[in-house]
Amino acid sequence: MPRETLIACHECDLLYALHPLPTGSKAKCERCGAILYQNKSNSLDRTLALSIAGLVLFVLANTFPFLAFQMKGQSTETNLFTGIVELYKTDMEVLAALVFFTTMLVPLIRLLGLVYILLSLRLNHSPLYLRRFFRFQQSLQPWSMIEVFMLGILVAVVKLDQMASIVPGIGLWSFAALIFVLAAAAASLDPRLVWERQGMDL
Amino acid sequence: MTPPVTAAKQGLISCHCCALVSPNPGGKGHPPAACPRCGATLHTRKTNSLARTWSLLIAAFIFYIPANILPIMTSTTLIHTQSDTILSGVIYLIDTGNWPIAAVIFFASVMIPVIKLIVLTGLLVSVHRRSAWKPRERTRLYRITEAIGRWSMIDVYVVTILVALVHLGAIAQVKAGLGAVFFAAVVVISMLAARTFDPRLIWDQQELPNE
Repeated sequence: MPRETLIACHECDLLYALHPLPTGSKAKCERCGAILYQNKSNSLDRTLALSIAGLVLFVLANTFPFLAFQMKGQSTETNLFTGIVELYKTDMEVLAALVFFTTMLVPLIRLLGLVYILLSLRLNHSPLYLRRFFRFQQSLQPWSMIEVFMLGILVAVVKLDQMASIVPGIGLWSFAALIFVLAAAAASLDPRLVWERQGMDL
Repeated sequence: MTPPVTAAKQGLISCHCCALVSPNPGGKGHPPAACPRCGATLHTRKTNSLARTWSLLIAAFIFYIPANILPIMTSTTLIHTQSDTILSGVIYLIDTGNWPIAAVIFFASVMIPVIKLIVLTGLLVSVHRRSAWKPRERTRLYRITEAIGRWSMIDVYVVTILVALVHLGAIAQVKAGLGAVFFAAVVVISMLAARTFDPRLIWDQQELPNE
């Protein structure tokens, strides 16, 4: 029988009994200092709300112009996808795929997955393939790198600042907001709550 | 002092995905069981952790060389053409007075990959030598290494954005170089290496009886 009353530290394997925690607090492993579990307030509802907001921002970030570049009377306007297309055209397919994966595909799958799973749980449906899907999208988490991408944008803009003028567009502002919304969604999600709603295969 | 009680010693396995603690189905040779709650395959420790981490780490070390020698981008203007490696890009930024940006790039693209490779090598060696030295600090070092790796991707993204923005034909154009591909490979491979390392191996050594 699985022991739902126990938890083992994922970094040093020390075994603990699970105790209910007051809202907003976390339990740490006394031996290695890793976070064992936390009690986040309104975890699933907050994450659902933030994920829906995230989807709206994702659509805005991808439909509106991102940055415009003006130099010597000429200008180019870009959206999120332009860099990926240009890399692809100049025989940098691997790089194009990596950037596409980490800044567009993974964040989108994460947002869609969270909305699908959390909305189903909220409406007391048992979503199809929930276990496999949730597992898959949790494993993608480290590969969503939009906050790193944003810092890359800032560096690129500063680099170009002396030779040309850069005009930020609605897409960029939506993208900046998306970073905070995605980070907040990830921080407010307690995956244990989703797993605890699952039955066991015994 | 009483020996610490770990899940492995109790014949239990903690699921790496949903953290449910289940009994270990059997000894060696027994097919791995699936977690009854989330369906992930259960392992007492990450499979072949040391061998996998070593191979990824060595691959990252090898790719690190072309990543730093080959240009990551080439910019062409009417007046001249300039190829930049990671380091020459940083130096260019310092020369033009952009030292805050130079510091960000230096830290993310030069320091983090080197620190990561050295720390992971050190952790692997310490596990092989069954070291008892500061396990708590070594675990923290691992935690930091795993968390900061992603930030090395900045330079790859900078190149992507420059390529997207600066394509005015003959007037000004930026192209990505092969160095960027190798550099991206170093970042991805070393992130994978950090993920295949199992910090519980550091602690397993502490539980062996003292001679």
